[in-house]
Amino acid sequence: MSHDLLTARGISVDIGGRCVTRALDLSVTAGQRLAILGRNGAGKSTLLATLAGLREPSAGRIELAGTPYAALSPREAALRRAWLGQTQADPFGSTVLETALTGRHPHLGRWDWESTHDADLARSALAAVGLASMETRQIHTLSGGERQRLAIATLLAQAAPLYLLDEPLAHLDLNHQMAVLELFAGAARDCGAGVIMVLHDPALAHRFCDQALLIDGDGACELGAVDTVLTAEKLSALYGYRLHQFAHDGQRCFVPG
Amino acid sequence: MPNHRRAFLILAILVLLALASFWAALAAGSIPVAATDILAALLGQDAPGADIVRQLRLPRALAGFACGGLLALAGALMQVLLRNPLADPYILGISGGAGVGALFAIMVGLPILGIDGLAFAGALGAMFLVFGLAHGDGSWTQTRLLLTGVIVAAGCGALISLMLAIAPEDRLRGMLFWLSGDLGQVASAWPPMVALAIALLLAMPFARELNLLARGLMQAQALGVAVDRLRYAIFLLASLATAASVTTAGSIGFIGLVVPHLVRLAAGNDQRLLLPASAIAGGALLMLADTLARTLIAPQQLPVGVLTALIGVPVFLFLLSRQGK
Repeated sequence: MSHDLLTARGISVDIGGRCVTRALDLSVTAGQRLAILGRNGAGKSTLLATLAGLREPSAGRIELAGTPYAALSPREAALRRAWLGQTQADPFGSTVLETALTGRHPHLGRWDWESTHDADLARSALAAVGLASMETRQIHTLSGGERQRLAIATLLAQAAPLYLLDEPLAHLDLNHQMAVLELFAGAARDCGAGVIMVLHDPALAHRFCDQALLIDGDGACELGAVDTVLTAEKLSALYGYRLHQFAHDGQRCFVPG
Repeated sequence: MPNHRRAFLILAILVLLALASFWAALAAGSIPVAATDILAALLGQDAPGADIVRQLRLPRALAGFACGGLLALAGALMQVLLRNPLADPYILGISGGAGVGALFAIMVGLPILGIDGLAFAGALGAMFLVFGLAHGDGSWTQTRLLLTGVIVAAGCGALISLMLAIAPEDRLRGMLFWLSGDLGQVASAWPPMVALAIALLLAMPFARELNLLARGLMQAQALGVAVDRLRYAIFLLASLATAASVTTAGSIGFIGLVVPHLVRLAAGNDQRLLLPASAIAGGALLMLADTLARTLIAPQQLPVGVLTALIGVPVFLFLLSRQGK
C-alpha cells in the first residue's frame, strides 16, 4: 500500500499566542509541489517547522509516509524528509565539503566514517548548485548566496524523498533562483520527490508548484490548485496591497498596483 | 574531507608528545633520575630514585594528565553545547562552586579528603543550581543557560573573596594555590584517570552528532539528532568531568579553553578527532606545565595554573595570527 509522502490531518499551529492554522488538512504525494505564501510574521516558517516535525502542533497529527512523527526516531524521520532552515550560523570553521557531508549523517551508523560513496554524493550535490570548485573553501569565506546554495547541497546529499524548504531563494540572485527552482522541479518530476516551499514571489509559486497554501496570519488558510488560489484578487487580500495580474506564455505575473 | 587514517596519524603524534611529557615529568626534579632507572622503577624493580618516581612523581604525573585531559574534553564539549568558542569548563560556575567548598574546608582546617569532598559537593551543587534554574521555564535556551551559569559563578566568586578576606593568615597560601590550581596535594591519581576514561568512552559514540549540534539545534534535529536528550547528556558529562578535575587539582585555568582551540586550529573541527585529541593534548600540556611548575625555581613550587597560562597564551596567539593570513 502506498502512502502520501506527508499527510497532515486537522493540525492547529500556534506561536506566541497567535494562531497560524486551525484544523488544516494537507497532503503531499510523490512529484507534488506545494507553495506556502503569506505576509511576514503570518507563521509560514512555524508551519513548515511543524510539518518537518521540529515542533509540536497544538492539535492534529502529521504522518510521514503513513507513520506519525511520534513513532519515528529523529534519524528515521531524517531519512524521510529534509528541511532547509532560514539561518545558518556557524560559530566554528568548516569546509564546504565537510558541510555538504553532514547531509549524509542519517545514512551512517554510529561508528561509520563517511565513505567515498558519501563523498561522491556530496560532490555531485555541490556540482548541482554550482559549488563544485569550492570544496576546500572555509564556509565563513562564502557569500550569503553561496552559503544558501551550500545549505541546499547539504539537503540534496541527505537524499530524502520529501523536501521542506523555508525561503529557498533567500540571498540568491536571479539566475540561481531559477536554477534552484528548476532543480527541485526536476527532482519532483524525475525522482518523484515531494516539495513544500515557503516562497515570497507568487509568480514563481504559480510557475513551479501545483498547489498553494495562503496563510493570512489569523488562523484562516486557503489551500488549492495554483490556478484557482493564486489570483490577483486573493493575493491582494493576502498581502493587503493591490496587485495586477498579467499573463505571458501561460505564466502569470503579478505587479503591484 | 573527514578521514579516519589522518585522525589516527594525528592521535598517534599526540600520544608520542604525551609520552615525552610523561617522561619529563618522571625524570625532572630536585633529584634527576636516569632513563634506565625510570624504566626499572616503572617495572617495579629496585633502582636509585625508584621510590621518588613511584611514590611522588608517577601519581602526580598521572593526575596531571588526567586533569588536563578532563578539562580539555569538558571545554570542547561546552564549546559545542553552548555553540560558543569562548566557552570553557568553568563558564557554568562549576569551578566557582567547587572553590567555595574547597576554600571553606581549607579555612576551617579540614584534611585533604575533606577539601576534596567539599570541593566535589560544591561543584555538584553549582551544577544542579545552574541546571535547575536554567531549566525553570522548560525552554532551556543557550542564552539562559549561559547567563545562569555566569551569575552563579559571580556569586561563588563573591563568596570566595569573602572567605579570602576573613581567613587566617597561615591558611591563605593554601587557598590561593587551590584557586590557581595545584597538583601538589593529589591524594590518588586513580579517580581522575577513571573519570577521564569513562568520560571519553561516553562522549565518543556521539561525536558525529556533536558535529551537527555545533551547526545549530534545528539543523541537527532535522538531520536526525535527538537534540534535547543529547544536550542534557553532554551538559551532565562535561560538568562531571570538570568536577572530577577541579576536585583533584583545584581550578586550573586555560587548559579547557585553549587546548580545544589549539587542536581545532591544527586538525579541524571534527569532534571524532577533536575530543580524543583534546584529551591527550590537554593531558600532555598539563603534565609539562606541572613539571615546569615544580622545577623552574626549585625548591620553590609555583601554582601550575600560572604556568598553563604562561605556556598557552603565546602559543595560542601565534596560531591565531597565522590562521588569519
